[in-house]
Amino acid sequence: MRELLVISGKGGTGKTSLTAAFASLADNKILCDADVDAADLHLLMTPEIKETADFKGGSQAYIKREVCIQCGLCMEFCKFDAIGWEFVVDKLNCEGCGVCHYFCPEKAIELWEKTCGEWFVSSTRFGSMVHARLGIAEENSGKLVTLVRQEAKKIAEKKGLELIITDGPPGVGCPVIASLGGVTAVVVVTEPTVSGIHDMERVIRLAENFKVPVMVCINKYDLNPEQTESIIRTIEKKGITFLGKVPYDPAFTQAMVDGKTVLEYAPESDAGKAVVEIWNRILRSPEMNTITELILN
Amino acid sequence: MIISVASGKGGTGKTTVSTNLAYVLGAKGQLLDCDVEEPNAHLFIKPELAESRTVYATVPEVDVEKCNYCGKCAEICQFSAITLVGETVLTFPQLCHDCGGCKEVCPENAIFDGKRELGQIESGNKGVIEFHHGRLRIGEAMSPPLIKEVRTCTRDDKITIIDAPPGTSCPVITAMKDVDFVLMVTEPTPFGLHDLKLAVEAVKKLGIGRGLVINRADAGDDKVREYAKQEGLPILMEIPFDRKIAESYSRGQLMVEDSGEWQEAFLQLFERIKTN
Repeated sequence: MRELLVISGKGGTGKTSLTAAFASLADNKILCDADVDAADLHLLMTPEIKETADFKGGSQAYIKREVCIQCGLCMEFCKFDAIGWEFVVDKLNCEGCGVCHYFCPEKAIELWEKTCGEWFVSSTRFGSMVHARLGIAEENSGKLVTLVRQEAKKIAEKKGLELIITDGPPGVGCPVIASLGGVTAVVVVTEPTVSGIHDMERVIRLAENFKVPVMVCINKYDLNPEQTESIIRTIEKKGITFLGKVPYDPAFTQAMVDGKTVLEYAPESDAGKAVVEIWNRILRSPEMNTITELILN
Repeated sequence: MIISVASGKGGTGKTTVSTNLAYVLGAKGQLLDCDVEEPNAHLFIKPELAESRTVYATVPEVDVEKCNYCGKCAEICQFSAITLVGETVLTFPQLCHDCGGCKEVCPENAIFDGKRELGQIESGNKGVIEFHHGRLRIGEAMSPPLIKEVRTCTRDDKITIIDAPPGTSCPVITAMKDVDFVLMVTEPTPFGLHDLKLAVEAVKKLGIGRGLVINRADAGDDKVREYAKQEGLPILMEIPFDRKIAESYSRGQLMVEDSGEWQEAFLQLFERIKTN
C-alpha cells in the first residue's frame, strides 16, 4: 500500500482542489483529509457520513470549588497562566500537564479527559474518505492527524485498496510533521509568488528531514512565468521531480462553488488537462514506485 | 492598540492586508509576523533584519549520578516526554511542553534545565516601519511558544499589526489572545466561507471585536456577504480580483507602494477598525 501526501507550506496554493481532482482520477484508493484544523476537502466530495467518533485529545484541569482552600499553590506551579484569580481554569491556556492536579494539597483538582473534536468515515462518489473536525480553538491537531491516517490505513488494508491520498495541512509545524511520517511520497503544490517559493523551500526541507521523497507541481504558473522557470530550475538542481504546471483558471473557483472537482466542471480546460498529466506523472514516478515498497509489502 | 489579521483558510490575503496596513501606518505602527511556520511578510516589507536571536524551550535533562530511578517524573508527565526503562531515564525533548512537572516532583533534584531550539526571532526596520518575525526551526512541531515570544516585541506606544497563522487551533489562538481587534480576511468561495465561520467562532470564544476584509471580492459567490450580514460582522474593505494585483504580489510588491488610491483605502480601513 502506498500513501501520497499533498502539501504546500503556504495556504491557498490549490492543495485541496488538486487533491480532489487526483481523487477523481485514481483507482482503488481511499481519501484522507489531514487538514483537520480547517478541513475543506469534504466541500468538494459531499461525503455521506457512515461512522462518527469522538477524538479524545488530551486533558484539562478542573478545580472542585467546594474542596479548594485557595492556597494558590496551583497558580505558582502553573507555567501556562491557566489558573485565574477566582480559581477557575482558563480552558484556552490549560495544556493539561497535570502539575496542579499532582501538587494540590487538598486533592481539589481533577484532570478530565477532553473531547477535542470528531472524526468520520464517509462514502463519496470517489470512494471512502476519512476526515475530521478539530474543535474550535482546540489543540493536539497532530494527534488527530495521526488518528485519521491510521484509520484510513486500516480501511485500505481491510478493503484491499492500494493507495491512500492525503490532503495535508499548511505550514511546517505539528500537524504537517504528523502527516509526513511514513508516507510513500509528497507532492508539494506551489505557486510562482515570492511567498509560494519561500514556503515551498521550507516544506521541502522538512520532508527531506523525514527522508520522504518530494515531487513538485506549480499552480497558477502563468501569474509569473519567470518565477515558474526559476522554481523549475531550483528543484531540478536539487534532484526533485517536477510534475508539471497548471495555469491560473477561474474554473477552479467555479467548480468549488458547484461542489465539484475541476475535472468534473471543466474537463476540457487547459487546467484540467494539466492536472491529468500531473496525475499520470505521479503514478509513473519512481518516488511512488520504489523498491523499498516492494520489500515492505 | 493591537490588531490581529487572521483568516482560517490559508492564502486568502492575510499577509497582503497586514503588510499594506503596516506600510500606511508608517512610524505609528509595527508589524509582527506571527505566522512562524511560514513567515512571508518580510518578502513584501523587505526590512533590513539587523537583529536575530534564537529562542529555546526548556526541556528536562537528567543527572544520572543523582537519579534514584523512582519513576515519579515519568508518572507526572502527561506528554510521554520522559520515561523510565529499567535503570535508564529516557527523555523525548520534542514532546516536552515545558510544564516543569518532572523537575518539581523529582525527590533527588536530579533533573536540570536543558534546552530545545524553537527558532529565531529577527527584527529590523524598513524606513520608519518597525518589523519583527519568528521563524520556526524546520523539524520543530510546536509553534505557540515562539509566537508568544514574537508577541513580546509589542510596544505600547505603537499600533501593533499581527500577521496570524492560518487555522483555528492553538497557533492562531496564541496570535489572537488579548488583542484589541481581529481583522478577518477571506475570499468569497466555499472554502473561504467554511474556514471563516470556524475562525469567527474562535474569535467569539476569545470575546474580541472583529471585522472582515473580502479579498478577490468578485470571484466565487455571495454567500460570504450573506453570512457576514447574519453574523453582524462588518465588511470593512473589499479588494477585487485583479490580475495586476496578483502579478505584483507574485513579485513581492505591496499594493500601496505606487497607488495613492490603495494608500487611501488602507488608511480608511484603519479608521473603520478604530470605530468598530
